[in-house]
Amino acid sequence: MRHHLILRVITKLLVGPIMLFALYVQFHGDFSPGGGFQAGVIFAVAFILYGIVFGLHKVQHVFPPWLVHKMMALGALIYAGTGVVSLFLNHTYLDYSALAHHPEHGQHYGIFAVELGVGVTVSAVMVAIYYAFAARPPRLSDEEW
Amino acid sequence: MTGAELIIEVLSWIAIVGGGLFVIIGSVGVVRFPDFWSRLHAASIVDSAGVILLVVGMCLQAGPTLITVKLLIIGVFLFITGPTATHAVANAALVSGVLPLGEMKRPKTIAKKQPAKAAPVTSPRKKKARKS
Repeated sequence: MRHHLILRVITKLLVGPIMLFALYVQFHGDFSPGGGFQAGVIFAVAFILYGIVFGLHKVQHVFPPWLVHKMMALGALIYAGTGVVSLFLNHTYLDYSALAHHPEHGQHYGIFAVELGVGVTVSAVMVAIYYAFAARPPRLSDEEW
Repeated sequence: MTGAELIIEVLSWIAIVGGGLFVIIGSVGVVRFPDFWSRLHAASIVDSAGVILLVVGMCLQAGPTLITVKLLIIGVFLFITGPTATHAVANAALVSGVLPLGEMKRPKTIAKKQPAKAAPVTSPRKKKARKS
């Protein structure tokens, strides 16, 4: 892996901007194309790119598998929790109007929280799929091909 | 339309049409070129020359707005990633032993001179050549 100098330098250069772009897509979901799902995939791509170039061991040092599994559940919890909050505020399940005094503001916050939950879950699931594929031991060694 | 606007319009259309031309040339090259390395060269022209000229032309069309900033960011991104992707593909092909079309006859002599080094990276084509 040491001889891939160009790939390693470019990957180090790109991982930060990719995460920044994921956050941009996440928070502009209600103004322009984008949203939680796309942002989650882009955020996961940063980790997958890092893992492809630097190896599975290093990316799992940054983003350990136990954290990936916790984040998968956390996103769904944020999504469902938003609905439960509006239930407790005397509205129907996932009725965002309950979250602020003005219904429009409430819907803005509600979409925001739900998209955040979607983004967290999707990024964690994408990284988990990559870990599951990459951690699988090869059936044949390189000499047997 | 004032003179400055006309100049910008003409420059942007030169860039857009030139970029489109490069994309078409690269696409034809990918289909028509004979071996892997020359096809890779044609494909990388689409990435670097074609798309960057198109982005420059669109920047001139958009004027000093937020769209221009976004287009410039996309252009810088493509300027970095296109050659990197081409380098990665070319490196993988070199390691797995793909040879240019003109080099097909040479491996025999190289293999005879240094048999230990040349043996691990033989491609299927070379094996066929040796049997015949």
